Amino acid sequence: MGRYVIRRLLQMIPVFFGATLLIFLMVNVMGDPVAGLCGDRKCDPATAIRLKKEFGLDKPVWQQYATYMGNVFTGDFGTAFNGQKVTELMGAAFPVTIRLTIVAIVFEIVIGISLGVLTGLRRGRPIDTAVLLLTLVVISVPTFVTGLVLQLLLGVQWGVIKPSVSSEAPFDELLVPGLVLASVSLAYVTRLTRTSIAENRRADYVRTAIAKGLPRRRVITRHLLRNSLIPVVTFIGTDVGALMGGAIVTERIFNIHGVGFQLYQGILRQSTQTVVGFVTVLVLVFLLANLIVDLLYAVLDPRIRYA
Amino acid sequence: MPEPHQPERAIAATGAGGAMDLAASEATSLESPETPGKGPGGPDGTGPSAPARSLWSDAWRDLRRNPVFLVSGLIIVFLVVISLWPSLIATGNPLACDLANAQKGSAPGHPFGFNEQGCDVYTRVVYGARVSVTVGVCATLGVALLGSVLGGLAGFFGGVWDAILSRVTDVFFAIPVVLGGLVLLSVVTSSTVWPVVGFMVLLGWPQISRIARGSVITAKQNDYVQAARALGASNSRMLLRHIAPNAVAPVIVVATIALGTFIALEATLSYLGVGLKPPTVSWGIDISAASLYIRNAPHMLLWPAGALAVTVLAFIMLGDAVRDALDPKLR
Repeated sequence: MGRYVIRRLLQMIPVFFGATLLIFLMVNVMGDPVAGLCGDRKCDPATAIRLKKEFGLDKPVWQQYATYMGNVFTGDFGTAFNGQKVTELMGAAFPVTIRLTIVAIVFEIVIGISLGVLTGLRRGRPIDTAVLLLTLVVISVPTFVTGLVLQLLLGVQWGVIKPSVSSEAPFDELLVPGLVLASVSLAYVTRLTRTSIAENRRADYVRTAIAKGLPRRRVITRHLLRNSLIPVVTFIGTDVGALMGGAIVTERIFNIHGVGFQLYQGILRQSTQTVVGFVTVLVLVFLLANLIVDLLYAVLDPRIRYA
Repeated sequence: MPEPHQPERAIAATGAGGAMDLAASEATSLESPETPGKGPGGPDGTGPSAPARSLWSDAWRDLRRNPVFLVSGLIIVFLVVISLWPSLIATGNPLACDLANAQKGSAPGHPFGFNEQGCDVYTRVVYGARVSVTVGVCATLGVALLGSVLGGLAGFFGGVWDAILSRVTDVFFAIPVVLGGLVLLSVVTSSTVWPVVGFMVLLGWPQISRIARGSVITAKQNDYVQAARALGASNSRMLLRHIAPNAVAPVIVVATIALGTFIALEATLSYLGVGLKPPTVSWGIDISAASLYIRNAPHMLLWPAGALAVTVLAFIMLGDAVRDALDPKLR
């Protein structure tokens, strides 16, 4: 187990550097960060040169990347366009997005898996067809449309929720945005659980469990569900990173000041340090979530052992 | 040391990615197709009396009886026709607007009403299909071509190139797609669809390459490939004649579903202000513009959004139906 974790951590290193380098290059393509610092007016050339020197932008890209990464490992993510430390922005933004992601993941687990079990056990019945159609509809309506329509209906017309989230963003205000963020993944979790349950319910061990006279409830939760959850856990695990990075749209609709908001601002103002810093953290979250998922396999399925 | 089963990673996107992932994990077990099936509307499937039916003719038989396939196929044919000849059902000009009509509801001759600039929403919805279909089809073709060539070669030759390609795909999976789009497309000033298509190909190919790699590795272990190798067939002959036809099915399934997600992604990027730009007529642009007036005039948003949803739904349903027909496990 220990050796497996170490091997996986080593494998993560090239991916981490590759992904951060890729985003670093993309941001460099994006435009001149100094122009962003001067705001809407054009920079005067002397200031531009001084600023370039100050930020090390006169050096080649690979050297800039190396310097940046060196700083990141000492906990220095640089400064954003308004002179604020990027780490301060992160301290304000990440708790909000983490809360939003938790709400979304809870929706995925509770609603997605229950619907999946329900339909997987009744494959081909009307309820199965209805839920399946519903998931297709949810998948095909883009998140921003779902978000805007829910905001219109619940927030404006029926007044059930506040149309935009306050800056503290407590859990109860994040329920609807969390549902919107989760919606597409929720549909996938349902379909994935359904397929997995439908495949496994004909397995020998399920028949044995029924033959032993175990109550139906126990057969489903202990035998069938536990064995069917592996692909679902994989999906949810990889989704953690995707949800945090993909929250840009949801956060924009509901005016949530989280990671997506800061990234959007950073891109608009061409603030290299903000964008690269946030993406670096997001990549780390993504990689760690994947590692945890792989380790969870052994908990769910004792047949899997790590040497 | 047994590696745990590791399904494909989800592509990180809001409302757009992920679909390919699901199809991938459900579609990797396809075997032995012979000739590619006909698309929607292709009339000649092998009849039921054919002696030895291949997976493809079996699948075609299933598909013809599947109402989901027929409905989605009809919608797609209709979409393709109106994106080629929009004037067939919309006589107006999508760019002819009269500010006096701004935000008005439906009127005679203008069933969907007018948008914030007084343009006819119906005409714009009809003309918007062209951009969506173009983006979807071009991005899918690009992704499928690049992904299956790179993934197929890596799977066939293995070794160092395979290891490098696997790490490179890992790198791409770690970057959220919408974020990449915001960064890369925020500098683009061109109002054509090509930067958007190029971006989708750039960030989308690893998904397909992973599937193609897996299915080539499965196919190359088959006895007939070993036999061909023993008979002295060259690498290119083995790849093209024996492996490619037997490894292409999962790629087709995933690509069909991806087409729908690319259309949704284009709209999402346009909503964020970095996708297509006016005067291009696109559902994404219209939804984005209408979202500012959603409280007063929701019809401006709902019609293009509905058209978008139906289009994405049609492609996802088609991919679903094709997968059901091709996957022997569900028989």
